Amino acid sequence: MSITAEIVFLVPELALLILACLILVCDAFSTDPGKLLTYRLAQFSLVAVLLLVVYLYPDDAVSVFHQHFISDPLSAVLKVTICAVSIIVFSYSYDYFEERDTLQGEYFVLGLFAVLGMLIMASAYSMLTVYLGLELMSLSLYAMVAMHKGSGTASEAAIKYFVLGALASGILLYGISILYGASGTLVLPELAAHVSARTETDVLLVFGLVFVVVGIAFKLGAVPFHMWIPDVYEGSPTAVTLFLATAPKVAAFAMAVRLLVDGMEPLHIDWQGMLIILSVLSMAAGNIIAISQTNIKRMLAYSTIAHAGFLILGILPGMRLDVGYGYAGALFYVIVYAIMSLGAFGVVILLGRKDHESDRLEDFKGLAERSPWFAFIMLLLMFSLAGVPPFAGFWAKWFVIKEVVAIGHIWLAASAVIFSVIGAYYYLRIVKLMYFDQPEHMTEIKASRQMRMALSLNGLALLILGFIPGKLMDICTSVLGF
Amino acid sequence: MIELTEVLVLAALLFCISVAGIFINRKNVIILLMCIELMLLSVNLNFIAFSHFAGDIHGQVFVFFILTVAAAEAAIGLAILVVLFRNRNTINVADLDSMRG
Repeated sequence: MSITAEIVFLVPELALLILACLILVCDAFSTDPGKLLTYRLAQFSLVAVLLLVVYLYPDDAVSVFHQHFISDPLSAVLKVTICAVSIIVFSYSYDYFEERDTLQGEYFVLGLFAVLGMLIMASAYSMLTVYLGLELMSLSLYAMVAMHKGSGTASEAAIKYFVLGALASGILLYGISILYGASGTLVLPELAAHVSARTETDVLLVFGLVFVVVGIAFKLGAVPFHMWIPDVYEGSPTAVTLFLATAPKVAAFAMAVRLLVDGMEPLHIDWQGMLIILSVLSMAAGNIIAISQTNIKRMLAYSTIAHAGFLILGILPGMRLDVGYGYAGALFYVIVYAIMSLGAFGVVILLGRKDHESDRLEDFKGLAERSPWFAFIMLLLMFSLAGVPPFAGFWAKWFVIKEVVAIGHIWLAASAVIFSVIGAYYYLRIVKLMYFDQPEHMTEIKASRQMRMALSLNGLALLILGFIPGKLMDICTSVLGF
Repeated sequence: MIELTEVLVLAALLFCISVAGIFINRKNVIILLMCIELMLLSVNLNFIAFSHFAGDIHGQVFVFFILTVAAAEAAIGLAILVVLFRNRNTINVADLDSMRG
């Protein structure tokens, strides 16, 4: 294929790169303290990229640039999710920063570069592209966490995130270098071909695989590599936490699938064992420690860890398409999780005011009296996160557990159900605080119309998805060729 | 003549030193940044050794990318360090414990 024919597959990424650079310049020269222009341009570019991805939706997998980059239905679905989620993140964040008069155009520019990194991760087909996409995303995120220059907790969170994130990248890279040495190639399908062609067990390959799995676990936030998540979620400005908790999870899922399933499917038996340990530990530790939290951001951070465990559970089946739908359950899970987490942090932003962050659990007391509608939306979100039927979160858990049962890990499915029940306690406690406790104050909830609309749609989307999960499930299974 | 194994052992040692440095060090954030650099350099050594002994150029190209990213990473890390020092007047790792739970 000629270079011009190949470049067509990169059009969404190239468009985002050019637009992000242009917005950086526009922002530097704009005198508007409200940064409305930067915000609108950023939203426009995300919408444009989203439409481009939909327009270029591939029917088959095509790998270009010496197989370093792939355009397949999986990457397109992930890219649409990443862009759609980021659009809503930006609209919530705009409200957050405007209320506090701390709006910086850099938030949107860095956010766009992070989205670019995520898009590259979704399409990465060699270890080099995975690494470059990951670093572009991570470096932008480190800077975003540190954006509140006057805040001690934000800078502490940023340095912790930076050191542990860089450590994770280093470990991942070490694994990649070993895999490169063992196979002599960086391209994932060639790596898979090399692994399946070997006649005896290659210790070097498994050694490299361990480091790669540890790197992925760090980025997903699975126990025992979760130490950064609670501090970073609590310390960052809520708008940044919102971003961290949504789109990068989708990208981390993409990275895990690309490296483990596309690159090392023949080593399935080896990585399956590691993932089982990670997922059980994450579900246990996440759900149990979350119970003792008093800060909602910290509680949601531990809930993220528990959900990462579930997500890893969904990746376990890999490409075992003979018995079930492989990792389609995990794809469904990560999309639904991104929507739920978006809504939950959205409500925290909605309640927050300039002088008061409203991130303690007590701030939810009597929310039903202060604002019945948003208490109802939070109720939908909490039920969905807990996995109560018929909400979307229930179907996500159901789909994952069904696939795990299909590959014969009954006890694993049973422990997942038990930990979900434990987890339901702290989600339902929020509902109890909202509906059965007296409010501490009756301060009116101020938010722009756009924020109210987006948040309402976000909550209702989970209810609607819960009643008609079939369409999204069809998309997720069709990605794997069903 | 230097063998592949010897280079790999050296790289593994450097990697272990850097990981140990990150976890043992309780004094100074700058030492953490140095450990991160050392870690990336040990990976580079791995790549160069494999690339040289297999006669394949891809590993050396990867090293250029890692060096570039490491430079960007150091810039962001030091910038965050400056912000931290302005807010806290300390870069002692043991003092970074304002969040608990």
